[in-house]
Amino acid sequence: MDKMKLVVIGNGMAGIRTVEELLKLAPERYEITVFGSEPYPNYNRILLSPVLAGEQTVDDIILNSLEWYESNGIRLHLGRTVTRIDRARRQVVAADGTTEAYDRLLIATGSNPFLLPVPGNDLPGVISYRDIHDTQRMIEAAREYRHAVVVGGGLLGLEAANGLKLRGMDVTVVHLADWLLERQLDPVAAGLLQQSLEARGLGFRLSTQTTAILSDAAGRRVGSVRFRDGSEIAADLVVMAAGIRPNTALAEAAGLACRRGILVSDTLQTFDPRIYAVGECASHRGIAYGLVAPLFEQAKVCANHLAFMGIGRYTGSVTSTKLKVTGIDLFSAGEFMGGEGTEEITLSDPVGGVYKKLVLREDRLVGACLYGDTADGAWYFKLLREGRKVAELRDCLMFGESNIGDAGHEGHNRAMAMADADEVCGCNGVSKGAIVRAIQEQGLFTLEEVRKCTKASGSCGSCTGLVEQILMNTLGADYSETPAKKALCGCTDHTHEEVRKAIREHRLLSQQAVRAFLEWRTPNGCASCRPALNYYLMATWPHEALDDPQSRFINERAHANIQKDGTFSVVPRMWGGLTNPAELRRIADVAEKYRVPTVKLTGGQRIDLLGIRKEDLPAVWKDLDMPSGHAYGKSIRTVKTCVGDEHCRFGTQSSMKMGVALEKMLFGMYAPHKVKLAVSGCPRNCAEAGIKDVGVIGVDSGWEIYVAGNGGIKTEVAQFLCKVRTDEEVREYAGAFLQLYREEGWYLERTVHYVARVGMGAIRARIVEDAEGRKALYERLLFALRDAPDPWKVPEAAGVDRRQFSAVRLPGLAEGVMS
Amino acid sequence: MSAVVEQASWLPVLALEDIPQMGARVLEGAPIGPVALFRSGDSVFALKDRCPHKGGPLSQGIVHGRQVTCPLHGWTIDLATGQATAPDVGCTGSLSVRVEGGQVYLLHAELARQP
Repeated sequence: MDKMKLVVIGNGMAGIRTVEELLKLAPERYEITVFGSEPYPNYNRILLSPVLAGEQTVDDIILNSLEWYESNGIRLHLGRTVTRIDRARRQVVAADGTTEAYDRLLIATGSNPFLLPVPGNDLPGVISYRDIHDTQRMIEAAREYRHAVVVGGGLLGLEAANGLKLRGMDVTVVHLADWLLERQLDPVAAGLLQQSLEARGLGFRLSTQTTAILSDAAGRRVGSVRFRDGSEIAADLVVMAAGIRPNTALAEAAGLACRRGILVSDTLQTFDPRIYAVGECASHRGIAYGLVAPLFEQAKVCANHLAFMGIGRYTGSVTSTKLKVTGIDLFSAGEFMGGEGTEEITLSDPVGGVYKKLVLREDRLVGACLYGDTADGAWYFKLLREGRKVAELRDCLMFGESNIGDAGHEGHNRAMAMADADEVCGCNGVSKGAIVRAIQEQGLFTLEEVRKCTKASGSCGSCTGLVEQILMNTLGADYSETPAKKALCGCTDHTHEEVRKAIREHRLLSQQAVRAFLEWRTPNGCASCRPALNYYLMATWPHEALDDPQSRFINERAHANIQKDGTFSVVPRMWGGLTNPAELRRIADVAEKYRVPTVKLTGGQRIDLLGIRKEDLPAVWKDLDMPSGHAYGKSIRTVKTCVGDEHCRFGTQSSMKMGVALEKMLFGMYAPHKVKLAVSGCPRNCAEAGIKDVGVIGVDSGWEIYVAGNGGIKTEVAQFLCKVRTDEEVREYAGAFLQLYREEGWYLERTVHYVARVGMGAIRARIVEDAEGRKALYERLLFALRDAPDPWKVPEAAGVDRRQFSAVRLPGLAEGVMS
Repeated sequence: MSAVVEQASWLPVLALEDIPQMGARVLEGAPIGPVALFRSGDSVFALKDRCPHKGGPLSQGIVHGRQVTCPLHGWTIDLATGQATAPDVGCTGSLSVRVEGGQVYLLHAELARQP
């Protein structure tokens, strides 16, 4: 097949990111040509400010070396500006006459600085701040001259002013609005920022309009700046940082529709479907984004479409802001100014230099503006993007993520306070320093990339927030946050929710059907999506969808827990933690007969036999003659009980009886993740029901039901659901809650995370307030669990592949057989 | 039996249908140590049954495409080459496989090698 020709106009971050994404998906499809006006390969434009401030060099910020272009077979035209797109002939022409034909064209021309239309704006010494060339001119000017005026008190202007000040100039920032960063900060935070910049020696003139730029006495160069009120200040260098405009001249001349940016669809196509546009030059649903995170999301979708996969859609981005001035921490996102229908929570400590404002609407965080202490910026941004209800967090929202409980990281929860040697990811042993180095040296922008490259947060995931904070602190403003919409796995762009919906609404009964219907990228999935799809199918269509044992993790396939040496552990079920002499005798016999090296009591009131060879498993099950404990599954594990009123002098209810009834009801129940219950017979709660997925506590007048507790990675106290009177009600309410979780939870999401995602209010509405819905859920659970086979007693009926328990023996290798 | 099979001293080890689709079986008793036989479609792959990471039994992992994910810590190993996929680095030995007439053959010389 002849390769198609892709021409990219613009050698910046958006264009090249698209090329990178495309090479990942379809490395052979295109012959790629890139035009860049600047004489440099793709560099990290975000880091120009550290270069200006002398903290980094130009070489430090190169993202793709010339060798990269070469090794990927990309023809690169540096220093050549495309001046014309000929859509009829499908070719582009550069200023020097270079002509390239295209089948697909990608416009990534970025933006141009906005030059104030005032007299003198073309004098030598008046420059904008956009690229390496501008940065170098500013560095040179700082060597020779003294007075600098920066027009514009936005992010770029302040970063320029800070850099010039560090290079020894007297700097005055002139700003039209009443406060600095008016698009990112409210007046209070801006006031604190101004104070701290003034303490560094920067001068400010706010609410000031520039009317003219005047030349020096010799008429050779800029000499001063004049304002509307007639006053003037000396200026040897004027930096224009009063905003940017999408660079659409080329597209407009080619007849493409533009309105403050080249208009693009959700697939980043312009009105000519052969021509795409990404980055600052593109206008998507009326917004031209100027930050890097959205550009990367666009690049992904655009590449997907260019690769003929056509399943990605770009639906816009939520952005946040962080200023890259060393030592000044500010963060803002969303509707930080508040407005109609919003409520504000503020914390203000002007002496300590800390100000925080959170904006809420209808119990959801919609905006945040932080100054001085931005450690929780990443967390607030996450809450904001997810749009989840925060009513239950409201009391401690202002005090940050660390105040809602944390464990497992030696109490570390603030990335900034950590030393480089401190461990961030306890599963994979990754230090903060290793993560920061990987981000800087390998040019990483997303959580996904950090995970891939360092493995940090790739196992249990409990340090994800910390890694996000490190990303944000290392990259500053433009870190590309995990998209609000999270794909199930790398095989698809669909979310868990979308996949579940498709299975339900289109009655998909096999993984093959799901992958075909949702256009999976891989023929038979991966180790992440295969178990997820298998569960979704089984949970949605019980007794209809076919279980695929090869899509289950080994533990669920072998019905035992794999150990580090490849042997297995066996935990027989003891209903409600109860056993008897006959069972204990059989367990003891098995332990002796199979030389079980370790016999241990589990946390779920059972006995664990560790170190059993896989070949012995069927015989062990038979000899034990007890039900499977499912200690190996994303399924019902145990129902822990206290003694209750049968023996205990404090007991008010029969907790053992209740526990056994619940455990029998739930036998064989698979779920998105493991499920543990506990039943206590009185409020002393000896069964520790407060940290279980469902906790039941007996009181004199009935039972209290708690849900979504967790005793694992992060201890979470279960939340009160309701109080009921009878045993049957306990079964119905607990069963309905678990069925809801089974139907709506995402694979590998524990009840605590599921409830946090949908909100406790929604759970109460479905389980407590809607009696009919509750009964229906309960019935669906009982239907799904009807005749659940015990895989230890009737392996065939439970779909266990018995072949796995016998190894293939090599027939007579010693004899040498055929030769 | 075909000439090719005879010449190269290929040993019949089991029938193709005895390996579950997108699954694996373990072959024991060879000097080289346990060998995992994987099936993906009608292709069969053979690797030493030891993950290069911490020695996990690859035969117990989930097979997807032409890869297997180790059950212990989730390393993903290429079935054809035995190489771990990035960012992990490592390799487990891979063995030649021949499938003919529904029968799976391994090379005598490769199985006889000491580990």
